[in-house]
Amino acid sequence: MEIALFLYPVGFLRKMPKTKVQKKKKTRSNATAETMAAGQRDISVSEFFAKNRHLLGFDNPRKAMLTAIKEAVDNALDACEEGGILPHIFVRVLQISESRFKLMIRDNGPGIVRAQIENIFGKLLYGSKFHRLKMSRGQQGIGISAAGMYGLMTTGKPVVIISKIGKKKPAHEVVLKMDTSKNRPTVISDEEHPEDDKFFEDGHGTQVEIELEGKYQKGRQSIDEYLEQTAIANPHAHITYVTPANETIEYPRAIEELPEEPKEIKPHPKGIELGTLIQMLERTKQRQLGGFLTKDFCRVGSTKAREITKGAGMTGQTWIKTVGHDEAEKLYESIQKTRIISPNTDCLVPIGSKALLAGLLKELKAEFFAASTRPPNVYRGNPFQIEVAIGYGGGLGRDDSAKVLRFANRVPLLYSQSSCCSFKAVAETSWKNYGLTQPKNSIPSGPLVVMIHMASVWVPFTSESKEAIADYDEIRKEMKLALQECGRKLGTYLRRRKRMARESERRSVFERYIGEISRCCHALVGADTDKLYKALMKQAKRRTDEADNQLDDEGNLLDDGGRLGNDDDVIIVDNLQDIPEQEETLFGNSTKKKKVKKKSKKTRGKK
Amino acid sequence: MAKKKTTKKKTSKKMSKKTATKTKGRVVDKKRDAVTKKKIEDLASIIVKRSLGQKEPTFEIPTRSVSNMKYNKKKRILEMGSNTQTRSLFNLGQSRKFMQSLLLAKGCRDLIDAEKTLSLRGMYYMALHTIPGTKERTFNDQGESDGILEDLEVSLDGLREELHVFAKKRGTMVGNITVVDNGDEINCRKMGTGGYAIPSICEPNIMQFKECSASFILHVEKDTVWSRFNEDRFWETHNCILTEGSGQPPRGVRRMLHRMHKELKLPVYCLLDCDPWGHYIYSVIKQGSINLAFESERMAIPDAKFMGIRSKDYDRLDLSDDVKIELNDRDITRAKQIAAYPWFEGKREWQREIKTMLNNGFKMEVESLITKDISYVTEEYVPARLKEGDFLD
Repeated sequence: MEIALFLYPVGFLRKMPKTKVQKKKKTRSNATAETMAAGQRDISVSEFFAKNRHLLGFDNPRKAMLTAIKEAVDNALDACEEGGILPHIFVRVLQISESRFKLMIRDNGPGIVRAQIENIFGKLLYGSKFHRLKMSRGQQGIGISAAGMYGLMTTGKPVVIISKIGKKKPAHEVVLKMDTSKNRPTVISDEEHPEDDKFFEDGHGTQVEIELEGKYQKGRQSIDEYLEQTAIANPHAHITYVTPANETIEYPRAIEELPEEPKEIKPHPKGIELGTLIQMLERTKQRQLGGFLTKDFCRVGSTKAREITKGAGMTGQTWIKTVGHDEAEKLYESIQKTRIISPNTDCLVPIGSKALLAGLLKELKAEFFAASTRPPNVYRGNPFQIEVAIGYGGGLGRDDSAKVLRFANRVPLLYSQSSCCSFKAVAETSWKNYGLTQPKNSIPSGPLVVMIHMASVWVPFTSESKEAIADYDEIRKEMKLALQECGRKLGTYLRRRKRMARESERRSVFERYIGEISRCCHALVGADTDKLYKALMKQAKRRTDEADNQLDDEGNLLDDGGRLGNDDDVIIVDNLQDIPEQEETLFGNSTKKKKVKKKSKKTRGKK
Repeated sequence: MAKKKTTKKKTSKKMSKKTATKTKGRVVDKKRDAVTKKKIEDLASIIVKRSLGQKEPTFEIPTRSVSNMKYNKKKRILEMGSNTQTRSLFNLGQSRKFMQSLLLAKGCRDLIDAEKTLSLRGMYYMALHTIPGTKERTFNDQGESDGILEDLEVSLDGLREELHVFAKKRGTMVGNITVVDNGDEINCRKMGTGGYAIPSICEPNIMQFKECSASFILHVEKDTVWSRFNEDRFWETHNCILTEGSGQPPRGVRRMLHRMHKELKLPVYCLLDCDPWGHYIYSVIKQGSINLAFESERMAIPDAKFMGIRSKDYDRLDLSDDVKIELNDRDITRAKQIAAYPWFEGKREWQREIKTMLNNGFKMEVESLITKDISYVTEEYVPARLKEGDFLD
């Protein structure tokens, strides 16, 4: 398991003494520099976070419990993927007393070697993800150690970790306590189980047990919601969840394939600022400009390097040493003018339209699904990719406003919705064009679920607790484009559905009155009721049939029974009852798609 | 088209007198009924024939709107133009009406067969049922069936009376006249305070004039004013017939006025409110209504005169400020509309009358004269107008 290192605390630590000075000023105790110096001392990172736990998402008992589970599950998924294992995560929330819970999270990942256990679980700022440009869930998370610390603080109970790294290896059960003042783990007990223990079905994995003060509540921003959304964004994972009420909820796997392993990348020249460029020039191991450009950046070959250096009035042979501030500025300008292809996409692993649809299909009872994956783009030199999927109609709530599911690197974001870039993108998209109602400056209303996923080597969160994506123009633009693409598909679907409803209504109106008319004519002139009824029905069918044909020939907009039907990124579910049996795999979907197409043709024929 | 209709009607009227017989206490006109019945059955036959031939079942309805209405300057009445609209089953907007028309046509045929008549409301109930297999009712309210019946009248070129349907009674009459209503002799001099309720159907086969000594007809707008005149025995002192139409007079009252005017040669004077609605009542009595333009020939009284209330009466009679009712926006638009009607357009006095009212900015009801004296209207106002011969034409 990997624990991400934390970048910001350094800044906070620097600020600490200042706040103290201000406090003293307020009380007007007339302290001198000497007396103040007596109170000024080092503060450990762990201590700082023990006091400022809201920064990590442990503000209240309910959120704290969710954050603890979230950190553990995110780490478990990361570990499984890195180990090339299809994840099976087991989550159990056990209620001990009214406000005390015992959380247990178990994965089938590669396990952790004995020597690392206490460092990973008992020490903040320990890990390998610092300064690395690679897509992962725990990019700036505090990791499970913060959760363990919270548990220790609220209940005094240590964290229990069991890990096994292979069938032939023994499992280790370690009980850990954290020394907050020294940021050092204390091992309370360490037990080695025999090799043939039955802790892990697959022979390897890690299990964490944390006792903490919490509050369990269903509904929005609950553990249930988090796991449900995790299952949507990670259709390759199998999640088993035992609730405090001792119910077992299974989120089965929808795809039997691991996502590709993301690659680490170098920065893209378009994304860096002048200051960063100067810093890179100072730090580079290269001696000449050409080597610097091709080796320290991605997407720059010798041709591009020549183009850039030429544009700045230099050559590839220019010595780095001779590049001063003015030259760097010229170089920076030249980079902006040069066309450079977007960063490698293989550093990003999008969920993919198919998997997105599979995930949504599994958890939503909607009748229309569409997905769209944007090509990768760059913000501040970091490649990112936006994916959007929507579900509409069916069993979704009709009266409320649409639901926005936000994900960053496959992790559901549950808090601070309105300050999130993705939420703003949904509100800014004009859904009225696609046949939905939308209050001004707000998200649309109706039976709609919008899922937005941002995959990036570095997701810009607005705060340390990873709740909302920061509002970058490039990101919002990509989100809107993806939303519009899905919206257009929804619009065509809704228009077609409306049209078909109108036609069938028209037919039913005629059919209703034909009986009355036949009876009247029979009474008036003795015409044969049945014969007349059949003749009129034949005409009614012919007439609505004509209208159907017009609908097909009327051009692109309405002629999308076929177009939507051929679209791989769209799934239309005609009969919602079919879902439970058919939803297991992607193959189920494709057969369904075919069925839908046939069905719509059939109904058309009936008309 | 209108011409054709009138000739037809005249012949049928003549025939009706000959063939009218009384059965079950009701006058039945068998010949006329047979003609109407044939028309209804013809309509159904065409629909059946077209349906079986896989053609769209339709029938034509003469358009009843301002656009299809002409003012006949020579006859001084409104006539219906020749525009028709097609009602077809396979048109979403008309489908339901098409079905309703047939239901009501069948209802009328059944009434003719049973030799009975029904009110408009009765017709609504007769054709009302839930369409089998649905929750839809054939009619939502009486208004729907009333409209369809009017359509049916014009498309069958047969009157409501001929379809054995009558409207709710409205309007009263009293005066120096004796009529025979369905065989019963009614002396309108002895009607007490309530008066004789003018029936909905006043066709010659049902209603005959036995004796009349009156020299004119005074038609007032509503019941309250009429009661004042009746209590003051105005019809006795001035030898006239006093009628009232409860606002816009129903067809029965208009037909009655028309017949008395034509057959007994009595001039008709109208005492109505001084507002656009009063003016339009006068217009309907005189020229016929836009909606029932096809019946103008047998209802309109082109020689009817407008006696009051006049817009100049406020100054002329020195009325108090309290009687003023301010004109609202709707009144003003309506007044301008009326002034623009072709039959008002060329009349300078009427244009002046409406202009004065608009300039005054208020309207007045007949009752406003009560501020002068309880019986001012019967003892002073009307006698003075009659004496002066001061009427609007």
